Amino acid sequence: MTPVWDCMNASATPVRRQLHPPPVAPSPFPYNPGSLLSVQDLTLEAVSHILARATDLENMDPLVRDRILLKRRVALLFYESSTRTRTSFELAAKSLGADTTLVSSLSSSIEKGETLKDTGLTLRALGAEAIILRHNSSGAAWLLEEATRLPVLNAGDGMHEHPTQALLDLRTILTHLRPGIKTVTAETLAGVTVSIVGDILHSRVARSNMLLLPRLGARVVLCGPKELLPELAANAGPDIAVERSLEAALRQSQVVMMLRIQAERLAGMQLDLEQYKANYQLTGQRLAAQASSAVVLHPGPIIRGLELTAGVADGAQSAILEQVRNGVAIRMAVVERALATDGKGGGA
Amino acid sequence: MTALVIRGGHLIDPAAGVDGPKDILLKDGRVAEIASPGKLKLQNGVNTDETATLDATGLTVAPGLIDMHVHLREPGQGYKETIATGTAAAAAGGFTAVAAMPNTIPVNDSPEITRWMQAPERGAAVRVFPIAAATRGSKGEALNDFAALKSAGAVAVTDDGHPILKDGVMRETLAAAARVGLSVIQHAEDTRMTQGACMNLGAVSFKLGLRGMPPEAESGLVERDIRLVTELRDARAHLHVAHTSTAAAIAAVRQARRNGLRVTCEVAPHHFLLSDEHVGMYNTQAKMNPPLRSAADRDAMIEAILDGVVDAIATDHAPHATHEKEVEFENAPNGITGLETALGLCLRWLHREWKLPLGRILSLLSAQPAALLNLKGRGTLAVGSFADVVVFDPKAEWTYHAVDTLSKARNTPFDGWTMQGKIRWTISEGRIAYKSS
Ligand SMILES: [Zn+2]
Repeated sequence: MTPVWDCMNASATPVRRQLHPPPVAPSPFPYNPGSLLSVQDLTLEAVSHILARATDLENMDPLVRDRILLKRRVALLFYESSTRTRTSFELAAKSLGADTTLVSSLSSSIEKGETLKDTGLTLRALGAEAIILRHNSSGAAWLLEEATRLPVLNAGDGMHEHPTQALLDLRTILTHLRPGIKTVTAETLAGVTVSIVGDILHSRVARSNMLLLPRLGARVVLCGPKELLPELAANAGPDIAVERSLEAALRQSQVVMMLRIQAERLAGMQLDLEQYKANYQLTGQRLAAQASSAVVLHPGPIIRGLELTAGVADGAQSAILEQVRNGVAIRMAVVERALATDGKGGGA
Repeated sequence: MTALVIRGGHLIDPAAGVDGPKDILLKDGRVAEIASPGKLKLQNGVNTDETATLDATGLTVAPGLIDMHVHLREPGQGYKETIATGTAAAAAGGFTAVAAMPNTIPVNDSPEITRWMQAPERGAAVRVFPIAAATRGSKGEALNDFAALKSAGAVAVTDDGHPILKDGVMRETLAAAARVGLSVIQHAEDTRMTQGACMNLGAVSFKLGLRGMPPEAESGLVERDIRLVTELRDARAHLHVAHTSTAAAIAAVRQARRNGLRVTCEVAPHHFLLSDEHVGMYNTQAKMNPPLRSAADRDAMIEAILDGVVDAIATDHAPHATHEKEVEFENAPNGITGLETALGLCLRWLHREWKLPLGRILSLLSAQPAALLNLKGRGTLAVGSFADVVVFDPKAEWTYHAVDTLSKARNTPFDGWTMQGKIRWTISEGRIAYKSS
């Protein structure tokens, strides 16, 4: 019998054969059931639980809510400045009665070059029971969780994920398209198309949303120029499509999520902003013509006159401030889940 | 005088065309006699009372392995690895010779450093053959004195880690190296295309939000180098492509060979076993340069090894201190260790899984790298050769535990993996350099 490889001739394309290479080991993350590193760590049941708790906590008497995490210690570790996310998490934790402490990139240990691992271990030794991390490097939350084994809430890691943003976006979408719904399933958003427009390449908000929304039945259309949206983004998961024309994307959409251009991450990339605005700015005229009933979202901070006009940002279809409100409710639920002692807390 | 007899083993010496039961006599650092079992004559004043005997019954005896691409970190970074610890790990992995890359501190671009690395004071367990920098400080501008480096013991030139981008400098390097009979080893990476990148460019890097190195950064430079070798055809320039990782680069090498050019390549075990999916959730033990590529590229490495385009398997052993790898993925240094796992992985996967004959594997790990680096008297156990021998149990399965390493470093993605083929003895020039406990 001739072994298969002896059949190899001089052709430039090698003969395909079944190779069975070493398998990829299953991910050990999250180590702590209270962590929220990625939207992919959440079952739909856990998503339902977080959404339901967000509503409960929002409606609760503040004096009762105040006792839920009374004196529990939550550290906010912020390597990037972020008024919105930091304040939102801080308000959420404090509304539940927790003590919060902020460590920012201006803190002395970080300035002196202490590693993330060492900073995390120090916070744990100081008594932190959970860490909320915002970091400029993709994957930082995984490093911190592995090192500390504490519940780690990923408040944005580099260009990778921002899971609480996707959850608050989901809450906003459901309020508009599926009001009154109690639990989410794989069909909840069937028939819904969400367009995410702009700087997809550098966006953790885009990644978390494109991985979460299709699991509830939505279709995600990514829209932007090829410098900011590589073709292979469509392979990131199921039900993700790439569309270069904003008009074509808008026509299909019930939800339009506009993203900011992350100038700080362009890394020498040349981008013609006038050209960009001409093709991708969400204007009142485009919105009226192509998606007159779509909900307009934006994770902030918004740059009026760049990715969208002031008129659209403040217009009737805009849910941008609702998103901010939903952020506090969602973050109360995930902070509570992080410190839930019964190990349930909507995890798994 | 010292003598050593290895009895009862099965000798596989592809370069000599031997594959059968043989007894071997090693004397004064050389192979003195090879005979059928029980038939050694032990002449020339070998005193049987003073001759140690190794019982190799059931074991394979082969020429010591040769790794043509390792980073021993000395001079300059002894906290990561020293020549002593790196070669101890080499011996544990069955290697009797390693070629040490010049990206030390300072860069090995001088005969003095080349000699320093080979000095007995370094305490090497096996032979170290320095590969010297092609250009001053590996800056890709001014060529070093290749004749002087060669007479100091350098076996090739390279600017590994700092690819030579300028066409003119690379052409001069190839021509000058050919004049003194040295190979030029290129780390093929067009660094203009890989700024800020820390893994392979593809769907996985997109998902992880990491900047990626396009495969063309490798294959483009290989194609450029092959063009230069073509222009220098009459000069008999030899280009060796280090740690080849992409299907396109392999295709370019395949075509160059078909055109009769002196172009060779090596592949590292991680590039024929792992793909960018193995980066998992930012595992820095899966970060190296060139990076783990797509599954299709990985499969192309396996194909290329099986069909003979690949000339050598080299580990690119790149030790780092533990704390250096416990950082954000994009900030972690490139590289993984490889000396102790190479044979075990090759036997487990190339041999057992993909049915590559044992002789071919040993050739890729010994005879062929010896030929590429022109190491006379190595890579074979023909009578008169250096007594560089590895004796191993080809069937034994075992688990690799990084904590047990003889290297200073534990940065391996293969911790806990099942290996096949257990080293019993590694003999370097007649001396036992490693013995399993
Ligand atoms: Zn290299």
